Amino acid sequence: MPSIDLQETGLRALNTTLQSVEQKDAAYTITNPMGAHAIACGLTHEINVTIEGHAGFYCAGMNQRANVTVKGHAGVGLAENMMSGTVRVTGNASQSAGATAHGGLLIIEGDASSRCGISMKGIDIVVGGSVGHMSGFMAQAGNLVICGDAGEALGDSIYEAVIYVQGTVESLGADCEEKPMDEEHIKSLTGLLALSGINAKAEAFKRYGSARTLYNFQPDNAGDY
Amino acid sequence: MCGIVGLYLKNEQLRPQLGSLFQPMLEEMKSRGPDSAGVAIYRDAVAPHQIKYSLAHDQADYDWQLLGSELDNHCQCESSIRQIDSHAILVCDAPEQTVRNWLKQHRPGVRLVGSGSSLEIFKEVGLPEAVYSRFELSTAGGTHMIGHTRMATESAVTTAGSHPFATGADLCLVHNGSLSNHNRLREQLEKAGLEFQTENDSEVAAAYMTLKIREGMTLRQTLKQALIDLDGFYTFCVGTTNGFAVLRDPIACKHAVLAETDDWVAMATEYRAIATLPGSETANIWEPKPQTIYAWGELE
Repeated sequence: MPSIDLQETGLRALNTTLQSVEQKDAAYTITNPMGAHAIACGLTHEINVTIEGHAGFYCAGMNQRANVTVKGHAGVGLAENMMSGTVRVTGNASQSAGATAHGGLLIIEGDASSRCGISMKGIDIVVGGSVGHMSGFMAQAGNLVICGDAGEALGDSIYEAVIYVQGTVESLGADCEEKPMDEEHIKSLTGLLALSGINAKAEAFKRYGSARTLYNFQPDNAGDY
Repeated sequence: MCGIVGLYLKNEQLRPQLGSLFQPMLEEMKSRGPDSAGVAIYRDAVAPHQIKYSLAHDQADYDWQLLGSELDNHCQCESSIRQIDSHAILVCDAPEQTVRNWLKQHRPGVRLVGSGSSLEIFKEVGLPEAVYSRFELSTAGGTHMIGHTRMATESAVTTAGSHPFATGADLCLVHNGSLSNHNRLREQLEKAGLEFQTENDSEVAAAYMTLKIREGMTLRQTLKQALIDLDGFYTFCVGTTNGFAVLRDPIACKHAVLAETDDWVAMATEYRAIATLPGSETANIWEPKPQTIYAWGELE
């Protein structure tokens, strides 16, 4: 397995190398990340990348098909706009993890911070711990699974994304409401938890989603505009 | 932008290396704030009957020794003064108000940038490595430091507008963000008798905290009240006698990360500033929550 020292190689050369590998399942280890930004961004092939240490902002952004693991903490904007593939963080993640992402699976084994899954468009995010305020803000599609607690204004102005929370919710955002856990949701959540390797029972979660009252202009609300 | 960093050494054996451990932290934040840089270092506590003052003057060859001897003569006190580049550290046994009044009356060009028992503040326009080297900080020992690299948004790039800002005895503040009600607040604080050296919004936050502490609030109460009275974006790091505190506004969009090991606790705008500390690979790392006071050391 090739090992690349980020401090020796430099960020641009590292990402150019990772972006050019086409061999399926090729595996790379990155050492000495030292909190650098934009590590392993823009990957497009089915390769495996392990970052041995803490990553800075925008790690694994725009990922397609690759599996990226951060063994440590990840900074702001983790897996931002991910399209497919898997990103896993063994520690905590800073704010806006999985923002605007269209697909793939993001697993944060520790806590995520505020705005986790903001404007998510189809990604599945599984957080082993808790998430901060404004998580799932304007989330359009995909699943946000929170095994711990959720901060203020969860799912504010949410569209059709589905949020599962095992712990407590500090408060729900505008137009977000609790919904029944039907069999299809238990099945979907069980699958996501299994894929993530996180040990939790789907039956212990509550489901939240859009009350769909913000979708259209309401003449009754004209005075509020 | 702006970068802020803080480091408290729990392990006493590391304390002689404080300056060298802190240097890469501050320098890593250069890209966030290349306009000016400043640090507060807590070291060499003076005797209980003495007070330590950090002074600054724009004139490179300013006669600090003359200032010291004239202060002694006028105020019948004993003082020592040591010049470090554009700053000087004065240690004096006169009452603090006597020294402040004398400086204001007889040395109006001298800026008093900090006071207390162990606090020393150094700040200048320029890149962090240049500022660090000017003040001989790389070999400095001590218990803790906080620092700031500034990208000016609200006011001019001047030494006086650089951080940290003093907020009371052994207390000082660095700020990443911008306050939106600082003009109104400055007017109110001026009516209460506080004086300002700059148009800087962070100086207003520091003056606000100075007033609250002067009125008898603890630092913890002050920070709680600041959440109500200060409007805008902020991540604050407040240096105290025996540690530091971190506070973020309710929206918390100004970055911050905390890291802790058995040997030290550190805060920074970005983790890369912490990455060079020994043991950072296995440190507990997390993002501080909004409107939550994180503190190491006493706040009461």
